[in-house]
Amino acid sequence: MALLKVENLSVEFQTNDGAVQAVKDLSFELEKGHSLAIVGESGSGKSQTAFSIMGLLAENGRSSGRVLIEGKDILNLPISELNTYRAEKMAMIFQDPMTSLNPYLRVSEQMVEVLIHHRGMSKREATARAIAMLDAVRIPEAKNRVHMYPHEFSGGMRQRVMIAMALLCEPELLIADEPTTALDVTVQDQIMSLLSDLQKEFQMSLVLITHDLGIVAQSCEKVLVLYGGQMMEYDDIKPLFARPGHPYTQALLSAIPRLDQGNDALNAIPGNPPNMMNMPKGCPFSPRCEYVVDHCRTDRAIVVPSGSGLRACHKPKEELV
Amino acid sequence: MTTPEPILSVRDLSVVFEVVRRGAMPWTPKDKLRAVDNISFDLYPGQTLGVVGESGCGKSTLARAIIRMLPAETGQVLWLGQDLVSTSDAAMKEKRRDLQMIFQDPLASLDPRMTIGEIVAEPLKTHFPRMSKAERGVKVRQVLEKVGILPNLINRYPHEFSGGQCQRIGIARALIINPKLIICDEPVSALDVSIQAQVINLLMELQSELGLSLVFIAHDLSVVKHISDRVMVLYLGNMVEFAGSEDFYTRPLHPYAQALIASVPVPDPTVPKKPQDALIAGDLPSPINPPSGCVFRTRCRHSTDICAEQKPVPDTANKDHLVACHHWRQVNAG
Repeated sequence: MALLKVENLSVEFQTNDGAVQAVKDLSFELEKGHSLAIVGESGSGKSQTAFSIMGLLAENGRSSGRVLIEGKDILNLPISELNTYRAEKMAMIFQDPMTSLNPYLRVSEQMVEVLIHHRGMSKREATARAIAMLDAVRIPEAKNRVHMYPHEFSGGMRQRVMIAMALLCEPELLIADEPTTALDVTVQDQIMSLLSDLQKEFQMSLVLITHDLGIVAQSCEKVLVLYGGQMMEYDDIKPLFARPGHPYTQALLSAIPRLDQGNDALNAIPGNPPNMMNMPKGCPFSPRCEYVVDHCRTDRAIVVPSGSGLRACHKPKEELV
Repeated sequence: MTTPEPILSVRDLSVVFEVVRRGAMPWTPKDKLRAVDNISFDLYPGQTLGVVGESGCGKSTLARAIIRMLPAETGQVLWLGQDLVSTSDAAMKEKRRDLQMIFQDPLASLDPRMTIGEIVAEPLKTHFPRMSKAERGVKVRQVLEKVGILPNLINRYPHEFSGGQCQRIGIARALIINPKLIICDEPVSALDVSIQAQVINLLMELQSELGLSLVFIAHDLSVVKHISDRVMVLYLGNMVEFAGSEDFYTRPLHPYAQALIASVPVPDPTVPKKPQDALIAGDLPSPINPPSGCVFRTRCRHSTDICAEQKPVPDTANKDHLVACHHWRQVNAG
């Protein structure tokens, strides 16, 4: 049985200007110990997917569909029940470690709180465990640093603290929402290799949300490409990077400047990402797609199996150049 | 063939900030933070200089010191042979006609209470106050068209545009007075990949069309590779390497530059991961109290005693390729 199974997940927000659909009819699953990248640009719904799995949607957000953790539907569970899953089964780390740690509390207090609540440990036991965890994420002098405040850590170290905190109860699923976007490349590299080491060590499943295709290629097994809240493509990384099956993935790959190749002109994707208030009627990518035909603008493409993955496009894969 | 004169020459430029110590009394001396330390380079007409480095390495400070948004402590900024550091404020205003800047956050750098027509026309009002309103209108429309914004949108406000469009408006504002040099401070960092490519292509088109020189600051090495003729790598306010772009990316010489390039993830799953020892450990040291000698030595696996004692001077590795490292020959041998 898959550890995480998402079925027909939709997320909708009620705003003053009307309803906005952030995620539409999304289904995917993740086996134990495996890793999945969710890729997309701003507004593609990647973070809202994670928030609805964790039960962290904003108050005006509503999600529908099913999210199964080991077969049990946890979507829209009351907080008290959901809390038995959070930290124990699944945990999440966020983009900006400074705003997601409590600046008023020492790191030790924030970490001990989790263990006392979920594991019923004594304060002394919990502190020892917190120190061991900071050691595991390779924070030097963990014994002393556990009593510091978040602002006393550098950006990379703060992200390590967050990771340590998320792993305290050894969750089976870790959702990392743009964990390195706020960091410099050399630090990003340290954090990504730490994450993949820990994933093996703790035998976790990892959902990595990112916009950086470089990180995806270097650290995940499967990729889910989102655009305008909908799945465009889903595949193993090798076939997806070698021969993307969706015009959007194709365009995205040729729009990134690369260090390992010559300086060809970048193929910019014309136009702008869709306006959430006013989504195109058919395929969300149709206004910017070079393969667009008439019915792309009126009918949504259904997700169908293709090779080792899935794709949602009216145009057969063979006809993409 | 004679080599062209550089359009911009920076000589031994240093920028120092005074930082108040924690719990300091009014009379305690302030700490000095050398954000830019003795940097020299030349920029030739029509070329692009890429400046890369991690946060806090002084890239934005350098940019601001060049156009005198920040005072320089020592050194010279020679614009067409004339020093901008010692020039008067009035003369500087005139010089700024040739030197324009675009910023990282496209929305924050546009006044939310002005229409985009007013925003783009403002440099004309400042630098050509006698120009008639009608003439200004014509110019605004022309330049907006050039950057790909429909001129019928001039009465809209910045918040009505997307990030990529706002950056185009920022570029139009810089272009309208026909500058010779544009300093781009992380112009695409806040944009999505698909939009980032549009803005990079636009900048490169405009450059070849108008013969602009660019100083392009970015932390993304791939973007810099794409747009630059020459690349300068900064670390803690010091220049560690300076070279032609192709030369630099095929054969970086400084250990820091090598690690920086190695840590960029390659968007191709068939390319094997770099071995861990190619990368650098640890964090950036505090700029208030930088390491003695070579600033990179605390994170460098090649460092020896001499690195702590002497600051390396930029050494000419080959034509136009400077590297500031005591051991660059050994590091790159074999």
